[in-house]
Amino acid sequence: MQNIKIRLASERVNTSLTFGEEGAPHLYTPGETITDNQRVMSGHGTYMDEENKEVLKASVAGTVERVNQLICVRPIKCRYMGEIGDVVVGRITEVQQKRWKVETNARLDSVLLISSVNLPGGELRRRSAEDEQMMRKYLQEGDLVSAEVQSVFSDGSLSLHTRSLKYGKLSQGVLVKVPPSLILRRKNHFHNLLCGASVILGNNGLIWIYPTSPEDDSGVGGFTQNLEQVIDKEDRERIARLRNCILSISASKLMLFDSSIQYAFEESLNYSIKELLTPEVMLDVAFRTRHRLQAYKDS
Amino acid sequence: MDLLSDQGLRLDGRRPDELRNIRCKMGVFNQADGSAYLEQGNTKVLATVYGPHQPRGQARNRAPHDEAFVNCQYSMAVFSTGERKNRPRGDRKSQEMSIHLRQALVSAIRTELYPRSQLDIFVEVLQADGGNYCACVNAATLALVDAGVGMREYAVACSASLANGEIPLVDISHLEESTGGPNLTVASLPISGQVALMEMSQRFHSDHLPKVLERALEGCKDIHRILDDTVRKHVEETGRASGWGQVDRAGIVL
Repeated sequence: MQNIKIRLASERVNTSLTFGEEGAPHLYTPGETITDNQRVMSGHGTYMDEENKEVLKASVAGTVERVNQLICVRPIKCRYMGEIGDVVVGRITEVQQKRWKVETNARLDSVLLISSVNLPGGELRRRSAEDEQMMRKYLQEGDLVSAEVQSVFSDGSLSLHTRSLKYGKLSQGVLVKVPPSLILRRKNHFHNLLCGASVILGNNGLIWIYPTSPEDDSGVGGFTQNLEQVIDKEDRERIARLRNCILSISASKLMLFDSSIQYAFEESLNYSIKELLTPEVMLDVAFRTRHRLQAYKDS
Repeated sequence: MDLLSDQGLRLDGRRPDELRNIRCKMGVFNQADGSAYLEQGNTKVLATVYGPHQPRGQARNRAPHDEAFVNCQYSMAVFSTGERKNRPRGDRKSQEMSIHLRQALVSAIRTELYPRSQLDIFVEVLQADGGNYCACVNAATLALVDAGVGMREYAVACSASLANGEIPLVDISHLEESTGGPNLTVASLPISGQVALMEMSQRFHSDHLPKVLERALEGCKDIHRILDDTVRKHVEETGRASGWGQVDRAGIVL
């Protein structure tokens, strides 16, 4: 019990890495006029003023992105906005007729249709009424899945699919939640890290850390869930360290991708795993990680 | 006790058109989608925003299909007032505050962007020293901006009173509230100058209304400037660390 540390709010560590640095693109805040040019089109995060129809205003706080005549304002932090092809990690909230509802940190629950999953026993198998009755056997409420965004419905909810061996039910591992905007969009979001664990960096800000399976790289796919398998202590410690590293770099708002996580892991080795939970150490790890990323960029 | 001394200073030494000191911070919680802490003089408020998310619980059947269902909850910590409160929320006064809060915020939020969704806004008063409603609206606005919720503009609230039957005062403290004198609370959208909510306790002659209202709206504009500064600083700081989400500046060579 002597290890509990309580500190005053005034002693809070400032997690900012860029204190005192200068230079930023122009920022827009809600209600600020972007332009009165009538030829531009209003994109996400902007709106046309109701009284004066020619004035385009920002509706969120962030930076402007312009594609030809289309103007968008991208907020620094918001709920996950799905795009086709994104890798997501989600949790099943409901089992309905022919579909599962998946909570993916988006504005509305996503849908996983039974027709867009690979059921056990061959990819081209017909889906029968029995499959619908068996749905809860494949995935039930509370299960975690990795999936890909197949399409976006008109109301903004996402349709997912798991038609690949790499997607499917997740079994043993650790889930970390970070703001979705911190996940860097890459070609590949499944990584076997050099440090000896694997991660799925969901575009929706949910990160799944799991032990690298020795036999093959398909690893997590399908609907099998092996909870009997005992993960040895080294792997568990690695996963715990990785989790704390991800939390520390996301606390300092660094972008998350394979090399930033790998660097953070390497920089954290000076500390024990539980030390990584203290704010000072978290800041130090993030600081060193940023330093290495910048050194890598400069070289 | 006079609200205004012979030297033209108020009970706490402010000039009639002077706001109390405002300090605020965005992003105080990790779990919430957006959060903010705001001090206005000795009034201290925490606001959190969850969503827009799938409607759950009671809201499940109440969420309209063309706009977001906005759920506001005002609560006062039991230790927030001089005398310890029995119930932090759910009493008549808190319920009324929740409704008023919702009214002011809904006018600023672009609810049409989030059909079939639910937006939860929770505000907690940690220390009450007058102008609770104003501080709550201002804190909730910051939390909404932090959550990246689309807004027409900031919703800002400010109170005003009338001293000696002629001089309008801005941003009323608890002492001034309890000394007597009318209290006009205005929630407005300061850029367009629209009034989202106006409430008055006690009465004064309608001839005075224009100047008291103007003083309150002027206060809203001042508060808007302060909030906007905070937002810019916060966005700049977080955006810079992440390299503005850009591939090249985050230090990656593709």
